[in-house]
Amino acid sequence: MKHTISVIVENKPGVLSRVAGLFSRRGFNIESLAVGTTEDPKISRMTIVATGDDQDLEQIIKQLYKLIDTIRVFDIPRDQEIERELVLIKVSVNDKTRKEVADITKLFNARIVDVSEKSMIIEISEEEDKVLNLEKMLRKFGIQELVRTGKIALQKGGKE
Amino acid sequence: MEMTGAKAIIESLKKESVEVLFGYPGGTVLPIYDELYKEKDIRHILTRHEQGAAHAADGYARATGKVGVCLATSGPGATNLITGIATANMDSVPMVAITGQVGTPLLGKDSFQEADITGITMPITKHNYLIKNAEEIPNVIKEAFHIARSGRPGVVVVDIAKDAQMKTIKNFKYPDKVNIPSYKPTTKGHPRQINAAVKLIQAAKRPVLYVGGGIIAAGADKELKEFAEKNNIPVTVTLMGKGSFPGNSKLYLGMLGMHGTAYANFAVQEADLLIAVGSRFDDRVTGHLPSFAPKAKHIHIDIDPAEIGKIVQVDVPIVGDCKNVLKEFLAKVSCKDKHEPWIDQINEWKKKYPLSYKSGKMIKPQYIIERTCELTKDKKTIIATEVGQHQMWAAQFFTFLKPRTLISSGGQGTMGFGFPAAIGAQVGVPDAIVIDIAGDGSIQMNIQELATAVINKLPIKIFVLNNCFLGMVRQWQEIIYDKRYAATNLCANPDLVKVAKAFGAEAFRVTKSADVDKAINDALKVKDRPVLVDFVVEKEENVFPFVLAGKPINEMLID
Repeated sequence: MKHTISVIVENKPGVLSRVAGLFSRRGFNIESLAVGTTEDPKISRMTIVATGDDQDLEQIIKQLYKLIDTIRVFDIPRDQEIERELVLIKVSVNDKTRKEVADITKLFNARIVDVSEKSMIIEISEEEDKVLNLEKMLRKFGIQELVRTGKIALQKGGKE
Repeated sequence: MEMTGAKAIIESLKKESVEVLFGYPGGTVLPIYDELYKEKDIRHILTRHEQGAAHAADGYARATGKVGVCLATSGPGATNLITGIATANMDSVPMVAITGQVGTPLLGKDSFQEADITGITMPITKHNYLIKNAEEIPNVIKEAFHIARSGRPGVVVVDIAKDAQMKTIKNFKYPDKVNIPSYKPTTKGHPRQINAAVKLIQAAKRPVLYVGGGIIAAGADKELKEFAEKNNIPVTVTLMGKGSFPGNSKLYLGMLGMHGTAYANFAVQEADLLIAVGSRFDDRVTGHLPSFAPKAKHIHIDIDPAEIGKIVQVDVPIVGDCKNVLKEFLAKVSCKDKHEPWIDQINEWKKKYPLSYKSGKMIKPQYIIERTCELTKDKKTIIATEVGQHQMWAAQFFTFLKPRTLISSGGQGTMGFGFPAAIGAQVGVPDAIVIDIAGDGSIQMNIQELATAVINKLPIKIFVLNNCFLGMVRQWQEIIYDKRYAATNLCANPDLVKVAKAFGAEAFRVTKSADVDKAINDALKVKDRPVLVDFVVEKEENVFPFVLAGKPINEMLID
């Protein structure tokens, strides 16, 4: 099962490598990882999507807490998360297809951020499912390049 | 006060009451060594290999309970510490390893003797630091010692760039307190969990205490003894737990697991309640996991929350310091049922399946351990071991009565650990008789440390149980690989007596059982230098009981 884990850490050199190393050496799989500073520049927040059963998740959280730089770790429940991923997609276009790609982009509330003779770059910031759908719709035109930030998430309501 | 970074390091160590450093100099620690040269209050023991320094600091820590400190230069000096760091960390030994690093302008440039030691040691330390700025030194060292010794103890590496050692600190002030908001170990057990545990203990008919090194780390041996005796609960120990409960007690079951006693393993398999205290369900303990302690409810007490639920799902988890929790148990548990049928059953197993060995023509290694135990029993004795068959025989046939009397690499199983660890133990406890029980394979892994022991006049006894084999591996090959002894025959061993003498140690060889007592007594008389006794023992003796890997622990080979 997929889990979205938020890890609040001291913003110190090496902290990303401590967290990433922990996942690999304990055999936990990371699907995506996004990291950046928080409202307090001395503190960073990592959003990690990882797969595993409840027992794996409990062990991941406990092992993360063992890192000295870890301040807080929590699993965001599916029904309480606001999640986003930013994705840039470079799609092949020609004079015939450009309009169709632009229409699809509009339907998804995505944005065209670059247009050239043979390609367009589309930016989407959405939930994972919608991003995947857009990707699917664009595939037939030819996706030249695709880059994603990894998921970030916050829990709804008051501070966790 | 104004001082250099190097001086600040020494002053900080003094503030942490460090009495001794085990180390080896080199280019990037020259400023520290120059300060040590002028220093009267800190003793430096020069080992002959950095690995020796790490194990010695570890042995010192295990024997004294204080934080052990080792020191090495950058690059190969630091990487030579690695085995020692991994060994200490896995056995939760408080240690601070200080390494020099190339100067900050050279960092990341593949400079001479540069190695990314914080990167390398990340998975095998509790925490580590790279100091690039002299001003950070006092705070970092304060934190390093605090982290090493608190909570579940472990190793902290402090890597210090050479220019940080040379720069001047304007105002050296050693902090009184540590404040790491993200690090606050839980030491007091949750009352609700404690009450749940108390209920289970009161109701149990066949309880067993399964205790490990956590008892020793927490200094909870008295509480354990009182609790077990008050409620008549039998106690089995892990290798790391040897000495946490008196080996001569009626309630003592000895070690459990792969080479545990038959009666300890039977007791665990039949128990209706397993109370794990400061132990971690290692695979050498549990054997085939799904069939481990199948009839028992589990209470697990550990200061490290990650240990609880890591291997087995438990009924009552308690995160806390063993000493605190056992104190609460003592106050709250009073078993009306004294488990008499259970104790009778265990005594029957003890009678039927005692630890034993057959005598033969050659000296039996187990006999040497038994005689060593007998001839040192009124003396303050610390046993260190290497790793292999001799280690298991030492664990089985030596009766440990007190904590910190067995110094052995449990988690990592590091060959070459025992002798340098014995050096650390002897430095830390000068009035103890320190004996390294060794095999002919292990002793050759750090035999260069004889020079360290000789020059420091350390009267360590090295008892080599010499069977000209890597005995434990040979045993597996005999039983599992149809006697195909691949790379385990050590027939080209050097004459260890001559080797020891060349280093300036006392040494002799024993080939007959009748001479064992005299040899041990003669070795005990040597007070001014190490002594190596080369016991030529039965070549193909096996360690029994033996639970084959992947089998349930009650399905063991008894002989």
